[in-house]
Amino acid sequence: MSKKNWPLWEVFVRSKNGLEHRHFGSLRAADADMAMENARDVYTRRSEGVSIWVVESNNITASNPENNGELFEPAADKVYRHPTFYDLPDEVKHM
Amino acid sequence: MTNKRTGQSSLPLGEMSAKGGQRGNLYNYIIGIADNSLILGQRLGELCGHGPSLETDIASTNISLDLFGQVRNYFQYAAQVIEDDTVTEDTIAFLRLERQYKNVLLVEQPNTDFGYTIVRQFLFDAYHLLFLRELENSKDATLAAIAKKSIKEVSYHWRFSSDWIRRLGDGTEESHQRVQEAVSDLWMYTDELFHQTDADKAMITQAIGVDTLKLKDTYYKMISEVLEESTLEVPESKYWHKGGKQGIHSEHMGYILSDMQYMQRTYPNMEW
Repeated sequence: MSKKNWPLWEVFVRSKNGLEHRHFGSLRAADADMAMENARDVYTRRSEGVSIWVVESNNITASNPENNGELFEPAADKVYRHPTFYDLPDEVKHM
Repeated sequence: MTNKRTGQSSLPLGEMSAKGGQRGNLYNYIIGIADNSLILGQRLGELCGHGPSLETDIASTNISLDLFGQVRNYFQYAAQVIEDDTVTEDTIAFLRLERQYKNVLLVEQPNTDFGYTIVRQFLFDAYHLLFLRELENSKDATLAAIAKKSIKEVSYHWRFSSDWIRRLGDGTEESHQRVQEAVSDLWMYTDELFHQTDADKAMITQAIGVDTLKLKDTYYKMISEVLEESTLEVPESKYWHKGGKQGIHSEHMGYILSDMQYMQRTYPNMEW
């Protein structure tokens, strides 16, 4: 295998109509077309999906793990922000 | 040589394929179609774990599995046609001798490098796609159904291989030169795709088989367009190799079969 790698792409697959695209993994490809074909071959060959998005990993801005404290911890002790105090009807799926 | 399944001292499949008549012709016709996919699938399978990148490795083996899936449909049908309980899809796939395989020479050519692998695929996919589009209209309902099911897969194979021809041809100086070499080398195997055996001719007259001669112009136009777009030269040579369809194979075939048949020959009747 070559040491010079193609750029990295993130792959999002929607497994069923009505569901959202979920992050499935990443792969390498020279451009968007190739990323799409590779995603099809690598992630949907066992009929896992009905739609694919690919985005070059460079274009994703990620949160810095060092800031986890200020970003996420304040939410931990505010139970009243969670809709856990009433029952969800069965008809409401995928909440 | 004794066949353990049949107790006969010759190869029943060989005898059958030499038999004429409606069943013999249909059997030979099915085998002729399926062997191309079988041997190409085997070649692509060799790349499992050896592709130039993880993504192209998986793509090659995906195509290989598509082809094997199609081959199973053809061989199951051939086993029905032959009306002999000892013949199954597995015996047809694994227990014939070299001369009894009727694939074209193109598909047995080695995976010299990624350029050769892609060019071999490209030259076959264009033919395969045109062929299946016609086979879909066959008077034989089973063949028409197999063709219909396979077209989607083969359309993707064509998309994959022709995209790679463009990338490699119009890529770097090295990729251009290497893929051009593969095109020039494999070109002489393309004419055989359109040769017709006696079984082919018999099936064509009954509107079961595809008249491949009618596909020839479209085929060369189709591949020439992609080659030109990819800044590659379309070879002008009219020197053609042939023989595979008659069972006369290149020196590579014996190695392919010894790999492919090893398990069934060593452990007869072995099953998964």
